[in-house]
Amino acid sequence: MTKDENRGGIKGMVNPRRYGIERIAYLLMRFSGLGLLGYFIAHVYETSNILRGRMGWDEFLALTQTTEGHIFLALVIGMCVFHTGNGIRIMLGHGGVGVGKPARPDYPYDPASQNYRHKIGIYSSILLAAVAMMYGLAVMFGE
Amino acid sequence: MAQVSSIPEEQASLPLSASKSILLRISKFNPEYDKSSKFMEFTITYKKWTTVLEAILDVKKHFDHSVAVRYSCRQASCGSCGMLINGKPRLACFTKISELDSDVVTVEPMNNFPIIRDLTVRFEKLFESHQKIKPYLIRNDTELESDEREFLQSPKELEQYIQFANCIKCGLCNSACPTMATDSSFVGPQALAQAYRYVADSRDKGKDTRLNIVDDSHGIWRCHFAGSCSQVCPKGVDPAMGIQFLRGYLLGFRS
Repeated sequence: MTKDENRGGIKGMVNPRRYGIERIAYLLMRFSGLGLLGYFIAHVYETSNILRGRMGWDEFLALTQTTEGHIFLALVIGMCVFHTGNGIRIMLGHGGVGVGKPARPDYPYDPASQNYRHKIGIYSSILLAAVAMMYGLAVMFGE
Repeated sequence: MAQVSSIPEEQASLPLSASKSILLRISKFNPEYDKSSKFMEFTITYKKWTTVLEAILDVKKHFDHSVAVRYSCRQASCGSCGMLINGKPRLACFTKISELDSDVVTVEPMNNFPIIRDLTVRFEKLFESHQKIKPYLIRNDTELESDEREFLQSPKELEQYIQFANCIKCGLCNSACPTMATDSSFVGPQALAQAYRYVADSRDKGKDTRLNIVDDSHGIWRCHFAGSCSQVCPKGVDPAMGIQFLRGYLLGFRS
């Protein structure tokens, strides 16, 4: 970004520190979206290994049976659950559901769109993702 | 508004007459001569109600008159003195030093706006986007033929948009928006909220025109509901709400 534009750029977009949990949810949504896109591409590559026959398939699948593979899959589970939960919240919000009603603002002007319903949605998505990851790790490492 | 509601109790209880001091760091940058910005540091005494703008004007008066800052009304009505204060877009005239809860106050020009000099930024793009959404009532009978007609409106109809009519075009929302940080073509939360302001006005007949304008790849669909615009608005406009309602029209949730 040039100084002429003075745009925040990626750093400005990422800045999660000063805008509350909604901005953190925005950031997590972006990261999990990119992560799932990466996983989707990797998954297509993984399943294409079936063309190498049973041995080639088993060989590649063995990669997911390592400690690193389990952690990677747990992260995928977490990203998937968070992206789904938070995505539903955002879709509802995009339709104008749960964003409050227009009214004459009163000082100190707490924005109605950043209400407890959405905060609950965000925290629930994070919690569900954490629980799903722990369950996934328990299943994978419990084998 | 986050910056006001987060006043720490110990700071809020500072006696009126007591003076404390802070280190005021002011970003200096002249695009004609400088390659990068640098910070000038000043120690400023302040009282409970001293605003950041007053501190900057104190610097101009006593230390460095070359500091470029734009201001006018000093009461959060003109929208001139928006800047990054400790990393967050705020109005300098509406931000008390005591509420920042910091011994160091850093002021920089707002993100996502070209810098004229030091703390002043260009608003051409903001006003251009604002004009683009046709910020006026569109009616078939704009020219009144007699003086007996009024555009009647019920209090309930007024409530649908009056909040959004409070916009002072200070640009804080555009500065806080994460999409504006990377997409130079994005129309921005200010203009989108104003589009809703007129679409929701029962006197206006230009809904389809405005929805066509914002229904663009760099228009309303680039908003991802991060909500930062609403958190920094000094007038309680809540652009995030307006944008979601506006999108509701396009998605068929509202009519």
